[in-house]
Amino acid sequence: MSHPTYLMSRMEREDSHTLAGYEAQGGYKALRKILTDPIPPQSVIETVKDSGLRGRGGAGFPTGLKWSFMPDREKDPRTRYMAVNADESEPGTCKDRVIMREDPHGLVEGCLIAAWAMGLDAVYIYVRGEYRLPYDRVAAAIAEARAAGLVGQDILGSGFSCEIHMHKGAGAYICGEETGLMESLEGKRGHPRPKPPFPAGFGLWGQPTTVNNVETIFNVPFIMDRGAEWFRTMGTEKSPGNFLCGISGHVESPGVYEVPLGMPARQIMDEFAGGVWKGRELKAWIPGGSSTGFLKPDAIDTPMDHDSIKAAGSMFGTGAMIVLDETASVVRSALVLMNFYEHESCGQCSQCREGTQWLAQVFQRLHDGEGREEDLELLRGIANGMAPGKTICALSDAAAIPTHSVLRNFADEIEEYVREGGHEAVMKKRQALAGAAS
Amino acid sequence: MALTDALKAEFDELVTHYPERRAALIPALHRCQEELGGWLSPETIEAAAEYFELEPVEVYGVASFYPMFFLKPVGQHVVSVCRNISCDLRGSDEIMAAVCSKTGARPGGSSEDNRFYVEHVECQGGCANAPMMVVDGKYHEDLTPERATEILEGLS
Repeated sequence: MSHPTYLMSRMEREDSHTLAGYEAQGGYKALRKILTDPIPPQSVIETVKDSGLRGRGGAGFPTGLKWSFMPDREKDPRTRYMAVNADESEPGTCKDRVIMREDPHGLVEGCLIAAWAMGLDAVYIYVRGEYRLPYDRVAAAIAEARAAGLVGQDILGSGFSCEIHMHKGAGAYICGEETGLMESLEGKRGHPRPKPPFPAGFGLWGQPTTVNNVETIFNVPFIMDRGAEWFRTMGTEKSPGNFLCGISGHVESPGVYEVPLGMPARQIMDEFAGGVWKGRELKAWIPGGSSTGFLKPDAIDTPMDHDSIKAAGSMFGTGAMIVLDETASVVRSALVLMNFYEHESCGQCSQCREGTQWLAQVFQRLHDGEGREEDLELLRGIANGMAPGKTICALSDAAAIPTHSVLRNFADEIEEYVREGGHEAVMKKRQALAGAAS
Repeated sequence: MALTDALKAEFDELVTHYPERRAALIPALHRCQEELGGWLSPETIEAAAEYFELEPVEVYGVASFYPMFFLKPVGQHVVSVCRNISCDLRGSDEIMAAVCSKTGARPGGSSEDNRFYVEHVECQGGCANAPMMVVDGKYHEDLTPERATEILEGLS
């Protein structure tokens, strides 16, 4: 399982979160290189484009392309911002937390390089309110960097200035959606905005804004230090680089592991996470966070990259794998997720506000033994009414997609719940069968 | 409760981070909740509204949107047990049962002696160390029911 790593390469050291620990391991080298003998902003954007880096927050959009959407400063003198999305709250996803806790200066350096490339006036790092230690670590890193002349006015005597501010959220999944995040950062309810206008034209306080995920920005100093070609030696042609794979659920060793994009999901599960726990068989798995849906074991050899997972009928998402063993109930897990989406719907769009409630209610009654045969069609009808693209943001889709995946891949379990009379009865029957078999 | 001078001084600095004063509202409400009794009382909401030059109903509209803000008094220790998929798969139900049994509180309520407030929360990003709970803002991961009970017993 040896493959080149970089994302977690500095985290071994006890003082990896400090400026001393960071600089001792080559930290701020990329920034110094860019500012000392100035590399023009446009060249930085070109390098990021050439690297093929894709956003690690869920959508997988090419980062360099996103940066190039920011208007030309000469023609548009407005103040411009970046918001770093550290609201990590897609169930199963726990990777940005590791970056902020163990290597916060890497994020700070990435912000500064992005600021140089896009000519930003300020960067806001929006951290979910629950992440106290990660927040404190990044805040301390910014303070250290400021004291060392790396943040603020006239950085390293280059004439380039940029502020980085921390911002604390207060626990709402929808604030991870980029326009919901911007509303929240402005001190409002996190209600997503209709697009267009897109953030690059009308973002924070109506000014040009780019929103990037923590891990995306964290990749940037490595790319600027070692080059786009180096970056492309890892991963696949269309999804280069490594990613932080959070793997959770029924595996022996859940964790956050650095793996190259394109590594088969089975290899990640078996070689890194120790395989399905307790010697059991795999029943279902989710490739990239709760919104990407439940896949069958026959898809477990799919390479974990954007195109391959899409071809397998799902999405790469945040690359957060969730594993369900043979004793698990997909109906129960779907209920857990629908309760979540119901709780997190912001309520602006009726399809989402009502649809998430109805999905939760139908899965609840299946779970409680009050399911009906026609519930399969009912679930399909509700989900079809919610997505795709029927609402302001993708939360509605995020509830519809796992629902469709259950109907496509695990309809027999829904039928079993209807037939046997709910969760308790199904579990009892399975235990009896397992007992008889052994 | 009225804002203390210390809080006001803190907010005076905080608002300089943003082009518009209001942007500091959510971080400020966190500090209000921490310093002024563990919840956002109507009086605290009014005081925050005055500081931010907003109507109280606007501040209430924001505070009520976010799960981390409490709009009613809560027990001395806040115990939040994650119930989302990764925790559920690894037995978060048993953690909640142990927490309820130890504290005497029901999810969404406080214990009779007001020592504990217990709630279910959605994903806290502790998925690779499930099941987990947050006690007074501190993460406790890789839990067993016994360990969860011990943690609660260790509180002052």
